[in-house]
Amino acid sequence: MIAEAGHYALVLALALALIQSTIPVLGARWRDPALMNVALSTALAQLLFVAASFAALVTLHVTSDFSVVNVFENSHSLKPMIYKITGVWGNHEGSMLLWVLILALFGGLVAAFGNNLPLSLRAHVLAVQAWIASAFYLFILITSNPFLRIANPPIEGRDLNPVLQDIGLAVHPPMLYLGYVGFSISFSFAVAALIEGRIDAAWARWVRPWTLVAWIFLTLGIAMGSYWAYYELGWGGWWFWDPVENASLMPWLAGTALLHSLVVMEKRNALKVWTILLSILAFSLSLLGTFLVRSGVLTSVHAFATDPTRGVFILLILCIFIGGSLSLYAWRASALKQGGLFAPISREGALVLNNLFLTTACATVFIGTLYPLALEVVTGDKISVGAPFFNLTFAPLFVPLMIAVPFGPLLAWKRGDLLAAAQRLTAAGVAALIAVAVLWAWTRGGSALAPLAIGLAVFVIAGALSDLAERTGLFRTPFATAMQRARGLRRSTWGTVFAHAGVGVALIGIVCETTWNSEYIGSMRPDDVAKIAGYALKLDGVTHRQGPNFREMAAQFTVSLDGKRLSTMTPSKRNFTTRGSTTTEAALLTRGASQLYISLGDTAADGAIAVRIYHKPMVLLIWFGPVLMALGGMLSLSDRRLRVGAPKAARVPRGLQAAE
Amino acid sequence: MIVGAPAAYAVQPDEIMSDPAKEARARDLSRELRCMVCQNQSIDDSEAPLARDLRLLVRERIAAGDSDAQVIDFLVARYGEFVLLKPRLEPHTLLLWLLPPLALAGGGLALWVHSRRRSGSGSKEDQSLLKLSAEEEARLKQLIAAEPVPDKSA
Repeated sequence: MIAEAGHYALVLALALALIQSTIPVLGARWRDPALMNVALSTALAQLLFVAASFAALVTLHVTSDFSVVNVFENSHSLKPMIYKITGVWGNHEGSMLLWVLILALFGGLVAAFGNNLPLSLRAHVLAVQAWIASAFYLFILITSNPFLRIANPPIEGRDLNPVLQDIGLAVHPPMLYLGYVGFSISFSFAVAALIEGRIDAAWARWVRPWTLVAWIFLTLGIAMGSYWAYYELGWGGWWFWDPVENASLMPWLAGTALLHSLVVMEKRNALKVWTILLSILAFSLSLLGTFLVRSGVLTSVHAFATDPTRGVFILLILCIFIGGSLSLYAWRASALKQGGLFAPISREGALVLNNLFLTTACATVFIGTLYPLALEVVTGDKISVGAPFFNLTFAPLFVPLMIAVPFGPLLAWKRGDLLAAAQRLTAAGVAALIAVAVLWAWTRGGSALAPLAIGLAVFVIAGALSDLAERTGLFRTPFATAMQRARGLRRSTWGTVFAHAGVGVALIGIVCETTWNSEYIGSMRPDDVAKIAGYALKLDGVTHRQGPNFREMAAQFTVSLDGKRLSTMTPSKRNFTTRGSTTTEAALLTRGASQLYISLGDTAADGAIAVRIYHKPMVLLIWFGPVLMALGGMLSLSDRRLRVGAPKAARVPRGLQAAE
Repeated sequence: MIVGAPAAYAVQPDEIMSDPAKEARARDLSRELRCMVCQNQSIDDSEAPLARDLRLLVRERIAAGDSDAQVIDFLVARYGEFVLLKPRLEPHTLLLWLLPPLALAGGGLALWVHSRRRSGSGSKEDQSLLKLSAEEEARLKQLIAAEPVPDKSA
């Protein structure tokens, strides 16, 4: 009954989406407010029905109703409750349902909070949202229905893939989807602007908060996924340049570029055509990511769906939306008027440079991910493109970008003074040089690249702080005045400082982890001691225990530093009986921002266990960085200017703009 | 080196070469080689039995005195180019390798041309663009008078 109700709710949502796709557009054409406002009620009702459908699937999973295929294949009655819930989206059908739920959520939010939007723009935006939603409802109902029943229900389910039985599954996919799908709003706004043939600074002001929300979630989602892979997969890697990771990185890069170009558009009414293109690209890349992950076209760690009919269907959706929006763009973009002029050396110029590097980086990831597929289809040759390729091509793009980052906020709009900006960055440059010199002296004989890279990171962080000092007049005016000015600074300025500093922090983590990571691989017996980076780890013993739906072998290690006992660590290996598979549960010990990491291998016949121990210096900074970036995004989002709503696009005489 | 223990783990203790320099070379090479039955994993990371065989093979070749390039050539001859995680620069991978620099150069060039064209078209109508008309001057004066002093936040 619940399954059928969930199914039916989804069908109704499709019907509502079809109405929302057409009526508001006609309403906008005939200038009929009543018809345009149909979109409001349908968007909210759609959200209600998709939420009901999703709740039905959750209920089925929670109550372990194995007469439903989806529950039978991905759940087990003994599975802990949290994994029964997260298991809902730990499979293809359920994750698509989560996808449309979030899409409907964003649609509902635009309907609920879009009161300050012009009527026709809102109608068009919601209609475009409904086109996307209709396509995906159809996809779910035709190829991936999560509510199918089994004729003869089995008593027990097949359990969820053990690797996914982790708290990471509760956080990572929802966040990632909030990011992916959030870009649908900027896409809808872009398409609506193209349909209306009108776009101005007010448009940018409406789009920016939505893009920021999506970007914040995508940033956190990617970082969370990276940390999850780091502790779950058992070899301490945190980024693999896996096609599925690339699929999330591409929208992130495009989205980051979009955020920056939106600033130019909002402030200076320039870069309109480019901003529209980026809005389309960011969501197109999200769709591409969905296609890559969901179609099983790439065989990779994450691709747990392999069914060609689905692949073809998503490919169709992809072609219609990307092809359609780009054609519309080609047709209508020339109608958009060019905005303000600016000199190459200016804030706008710096943001354009940012866009150039970010989109090139995005193109690099794109070609590296898709080239092997394309080559195989065209010539039949099979090649691999993996981490070494991306490290070689991606890193050089980020070096000039990061050198430029501190300059951007210090340049004036329209026409900037590079020399003056450089003078203001003297302190940051000196700090960077000191960092390079100290590290060079400290790690003599080591890699020359690492101190330079850390110097660059220090430059970015110190540059962000210099910007702050510059704006508050710190060191130039009395401290109290500076503090008062700091309070008076706009939140978005603080956001920039945090986000830029976050980039530097992440870079320090990445460089330290890859350069000074130390590792011990060996067989250990009880009472053996392994020494790594000054720490001594003694294997106390091995115990076996029974978990809810697995058997576990845990080893206990005592960690000591300079003869002083610090703590114990218990890495384990879990054997999931239903699926007959094993997972390694690494043990982590955090010391400052560094971590000790132990994961277990096989036990030999004589009782010795293969053990891998890593010392990863400063590794946590890799994830602190993105958290700082997201925090910056949130600060920027809380900026008053974005909350009070955009000014009317009508012909209000433009006052003198304060220099910013 | 002992071969034959069941492999279910990335680099096993029993695989490690006694010479640390050679082992380091083996590890570096392993990171560039793909475990062909796995999903985008290098043989250094993979738990698959094939990855173990390849790791042992790499170490065997190093022990036999091969240079890094010879080891790679040997593996490519045996398993094809699919084994390389970083494809070689060859006619069929030209686009792959050249796209990033070309995209950057092309984008940079397009920006330069665009900015030249816009400022160029600007200079033709220099006077009309840079100088305010009398009507605009009047409106500006009126606006300045109406506006409170703008705060100079930067």
